[in-house]
Amino acid sequence: MPPTKPMSFGALAVIGAVALALPLGLAWAGGLIGPHRINGGDVTAALEDNGGLHPGYRRAHAKGLCFSGSFEANGNGTALSRASALRAGTYPVIGRFSLAGGNPLAGDGRNVFHAMALRLRTPDGHEWRMAMDHTPIFPVADVASFIALQRATKPDPKTGKPDPAAMKPFLAQHPEVKAFQTYIAAAILPDSFANATYYSISAFRFTDAAGTTRFVRWQFDPEAPLSGLDKKHLDALPRDALFQEMIARTAKGPSRWHLKLVVANPGDVTDKATVAWTGAHRTVDAGVLTLTSVQPEENGACRDLNFDPTILPPGISLSDDPLLGARSKTYSSSFNRRAGEGVHPSAAGQDLAKEKGQ
Amino acid sequence: MSRNPQDFHPLLRLLHWLMALMVLAMMFIGVGMVSTAGPLYPALLALHRPVGIAILVLVLIRLPLRLATGAPPLPEDLAPAQKLVAKASHVLLYASMVGMPLIGWAMLSAGGYPVVVSGLVLPPILPHDLQIYALLRWAHTVIALLFFALVLLHLSAALFHGLIRRDGVLRSMTSGHRRAGRADP
Repeated sequence: MPPTKPMSFGALAVIGAVALALPLGLAWAGGLIGPHRINGGDVTAALEDNGGLHPGYRRAHAKGLCFSGSFEANGNGTALSRASALRAGTYPVIGRFSLAGGNPLAGDGRNVFHAMALRLRTPDGHEWRMAMDHTPIFPVADVASFIALQRATKPDPKTGKPDPAAMKPFLAQHPEVKAFQTYIAAAILPDSFANATYYSISAFRFTDAAGTTRFVRWQFDPEAPLSGLDKKHLDALPRDALFQEMIARTAKGPSRWHLKLVVANPGDVTDKATVAWTGAHRTVDAGVLTLTSVQPEENGACRDLNFDPTILPPGISLSDDPLLGARSKTYSSSFNRRAGEGVHPSAAGQDLAKEKGQ
Repeated sequence: MSRNPQDFHPLLRLLHWLMALMVLAMMFIGVGMVSTAGPLYPALLALHRPVGIAILVLVLIRLPLRLATGAPPLPEDLAPAQKLVAKASHVLLYASMVGMPLIGWAMLSAGGYPVVVSGLVLPPILPHDLQIYALLRWAHTVIALLFFALVLLHLSAALFHGLIRRDGVLRSMTSGHRRAGRADP
């Protein structure tokens, strides 16, 4: 240090202030200081609390079965979106059937959601990932309510069912759940993954070649006729009944669904997945999904994929539904957790291994 | 161009300040993004990737230029240990600027994600492997925090040179010195 230049207190203060302000700013941006922000970890923690901790598995929809097949687009979808997946052609698909909940060993009868996830890849390298349920609406509209739902529906260890004392105040605070409960009480619970309709849940923005944007929800309508499970005797259903049925069915032949793109009418709600679109809607049949083979998760390609519904090709983008961002972040947190935990056998895989051993 | 040997090449100075803004923004976008499951999450993610790749492209222009044009000598009265810290920290800063975007890209590849940056599809640079993904995801966070600490050190040292020592080191990266060969007045 040259002795001719005196130390300036002001200069030191400036340096100290900068060196302090930046980390404080970063801590604020990272949510360490200031009001609490719901992050992906909060949601995965709520899911782990509800379903128990099962290392190596997805935190939600833990129980699954991989499949592969193809999507044959007929080109009609290009009227709504310039996404290359909707141009006439056949594109490979990897997918996953699953049941709701965080327990990979849960019985098939007790889970509310039957789900189908898809990854559709086109030769231009773009992907369209989807995570769909067999219900057209979701019970809650935002991430805080989803966490509250997980807490309220945590199974009571004694009965295996949600505690009514926790459900009552939750339902009082979340009247939007009523629509879902009404729907689920009346709806048929599909007795196969193959005869269920799968819905996009949220609305998405579709942009056509001319730049016109429309809100769209989509669904995969099965060719197999719908028949339902006996809701009164769900407990009697063998643990992996739905999974075994799908494996046996696929051994006999492929299953098919039609992709229907449903265009929003003026006034349709696009930012709440709790609200159904009712009445007549313009619907475009965009092509056929054909499922040709199934694989247990431990040797299927779907296990190590994150079916994040915000991974979209050009021509399809997010709507203003807050669930989409929340799902993306939560799926990512769940994926990061299980990635570091290693491979674990699935329930269906365990049963198959037992059968082979007999 | 008759450049004063006490200054960095003008293009390096431009790249330095441009990238300083981008790197700092990336750190705030990164921590902001992982801290929320709100509607800002997809928007921040959509910013994080193209800015990261832009930093990679810029540093790949900047590094050869820096190696070709060199750096002005540090003041002679600076202690040898300080000179060593200065040199080492600059090597680490460059390593972070190259490494962070590459780790991000490799991490997405190993996670089986499509690497799409502003509509452009980049090829995967690692095979789809969840164990590698988990390791890189961890490294991306840890190195980001170390990088931030390094940036703080670098910034404090620059201010120390500029405000306290007033030895021309800071000026060599800002407005530059007046004429070739003339010492700091």
